Amino acid sequence: MQLSREQLLQAFRSMVKIREFEERLHIENPKGEIPGFLHLYAGQEAVAVGLCEQLTERDYIISTHRGHGHCIAKGCDVPAMMLEIYGRADGLCNGKGGSMHIADVTKGMLGANGIVGGGQPIAVGAAIACKMRGDGSVAASFTGDGAANQGTVFEAMNLAVVLQVPKVFMFEMNGYSEHTGGSYSTGAKDPIQRVRGFGIPVFEADGFDFFSVHDAVRQALEVSRNGGGPTAVYARTTRYYGHFEGDPMLYRAPDEVARLRAENDCLQNFRRRVTEAGLLTTADLDEVETQIRTLVEHSVVAAKAGRKHAPAELLTNVYASY
Amino acid sequence: MPMKTMREAINEALHQEMARDSSVIVLGEDVSGGAGGTSGQREAAGGVFGLTKGLLPRFGDARVIDTPISEAAIIGAANGAALAGLRPVAEIMFADFVGVCFDQILNQAAKFRYMFGPNAKAPVVIRMTMGAGMGAAAQHSQTLYPLFTAIPGIKVVTPSNAYDAKGLMISAIRDDDPVIFLEHKMLYGESCEVPDEPYTVPFGEASLVREGDDVTIVAFARMVNFARDAADKLAALGVHCDVIDPRTTSPLDEDLILESVRATGRLVVVDESPPRCSLASDVAAMVAERAFGFLKAPIRQVTAPHTPVPFATALESLYIPSREKIIQAALATMASR
Repeated sequence: MQLSREQLLQAFRSMVKIREFEERLHIENPKGEIPGFLHLYAGQEAVAVGLCEQLTERDYIISTHRGHGHCIAKGCDVPAMMLEIYGRADGLCNGKGGSMHIADVTKGMLGANGIVGGGQPIAVGAAIACKMRGDGSVAASFTGDGAANQGTVFEAMNLAVVLQVPKVFMFEMNGYSEHTGGSYSTGAKDPIQRVRGFGIPVFEADGFDFFSVHDAVRQALEVSRNGGGPTAVYARTTRYYGHFEGDPMLYRAPDEVARLRAENDCLQNFRRRVTEAGLLTTADLDEVETQIRTLVEHSVVAAKAGRKHAPAELLTNVYASY
Repeated sequence: MPMKTMREAINEALHQEMARDSSVIVLGEDVSGGAGGTSGQREAAGGVFGLTKGLLPRFGDARVIDTPISEAAIIGAANGAALAGLRPVAEIMFADFVGVCFDQILNQAAKFRYMFGPNAKAPVVIRMTMGAGMGAAAQHSQTLYPLFTAIPGIKVVTPSNAYDAKGLMISAIRDDDPVIFLEHKMLYGESCEVPDEPYTVPFGEASLVREGDDVTIVAFARMVNFARDAADKLAALGVHCDVIDPRTTSPLDEDLILESVRATGRLVVVDESPPRCSLASDVAAMVAERAFGFLKAPIRQVTAPHTPVPFATALESLYIPSREKIIQAALATMASR
């Protein structure tokens, strides 16, 4: 399916937003102003954007601890996300959630999640709501190498099939389960067969290639939006940084990230593809990058100067009723 | 005597018990790390906080087992291995993740002996990192010992310093009951004198950290340090405190607490958990029931508020009980009568 010029620019804008956001956090984090843990998404942009570009605000996603990319792809406000990551009172979640718990329920973004495998059953519930509404909306969850071995994910897959709900299981396999290789932690020689074993059709994608992910997701959505029940998209990808910021990545070959960046970067792949086909010019793409760099720069400056909490804010929003 | 951090002390206990007893095994996520990686380097982690470093090279992967991210399977497997004669030390990376595998603790490990009879024992140790202070937010910062303490059949350990941590870990591994061993992440880098040789610290025996006649302060885990600092400042104000570190919340050394309160007549309990059904309320109720006649002032509880742990640094600092709040609570008990 041929995407329009505006669709291509929008997809590129979204991927660049994620990349610039994460690269900047990698630089800012050692300065000590950001509390807690950061798990960066750089390298995996094609997956989040390949899915979320085909969702609307009526559709839901549930994210993971590595959630910044999913949030941006689903339309969360970048300056508000930056405020949140800096723990500011006016952050997207009032500074109480932080990097691992960013959400914007008004945009169908039901939360990053600090519990590996915590989100997939929640997405089945959102899919039940979609099915009851009967408006063709779907719920999607993201699952990596680690969560793929949580019992919660198996239960969610089975329940989604039993209930025939419009749920897309997006498997984004970056090859690592924290500090352990995915090839060790998953016993099955062919993990895709495990998913098929639940009765879920699987559409495979090259996670380094936006167009491949986009095409697989399009096929999955055709099924799930039209009463065909749950589907899965299985994409292999990579992450450029550690499990968390500060992870020395002793489990990875020393040149692995540099080689992948040079040879199979999803943003460079996108650039090459659209310029060679004459769909967008280098100038178009460069302009997007310049705009996004400015956006991220302004976001960081605003976040550093953001409002700090009044002590009474510690006690708010524990309950809806008081 | 050599100075060691709590991290080093617990690591040493694991090394010494694995060397002493071949039935001791260690399992969990990234307890070694590196398996299936592209660098070829095993022990790429040694535990995310480095607590299990050096175990894999020394004892091999039959006894030092990296698991997938599958908490229910980790604790279930540890339970089964314990029933079948091994002494597993399982790791849940953050205590909060216990939500994923709580059945294996609540309904399985805790109940085996009572349900199956005295031939059944489950000598499993479940290590967990707990506590606020790192900006790790609501799902990586809780102090869940009140939850575990409420379950009959499991023992709950909350060390406040490196010396106790080593001795309590060795006791935990040698204990025939399931033990939850909670390590406060803000204490890992704190040092004190720790002997090189193995030793045990018994369960159910509190430690008297400071002695004084005016106020009894009972505190748990990291809060023991805060209470000790508060007591030192109070001493300068002329208020002298007993500071009691129960070291294990189950069993709980009720005798030392009661003996102290009978002498001082005043009690402050400090607990990093939210107040409802906490160790603070538990100790307060026990003292109110059994030493009411000795009390000269209302019992004061210094706890976190009834909220999840917030992310923002300033709010997290407000969440955690402070030395100042402990001092104010102690002074308030002195002001009564």
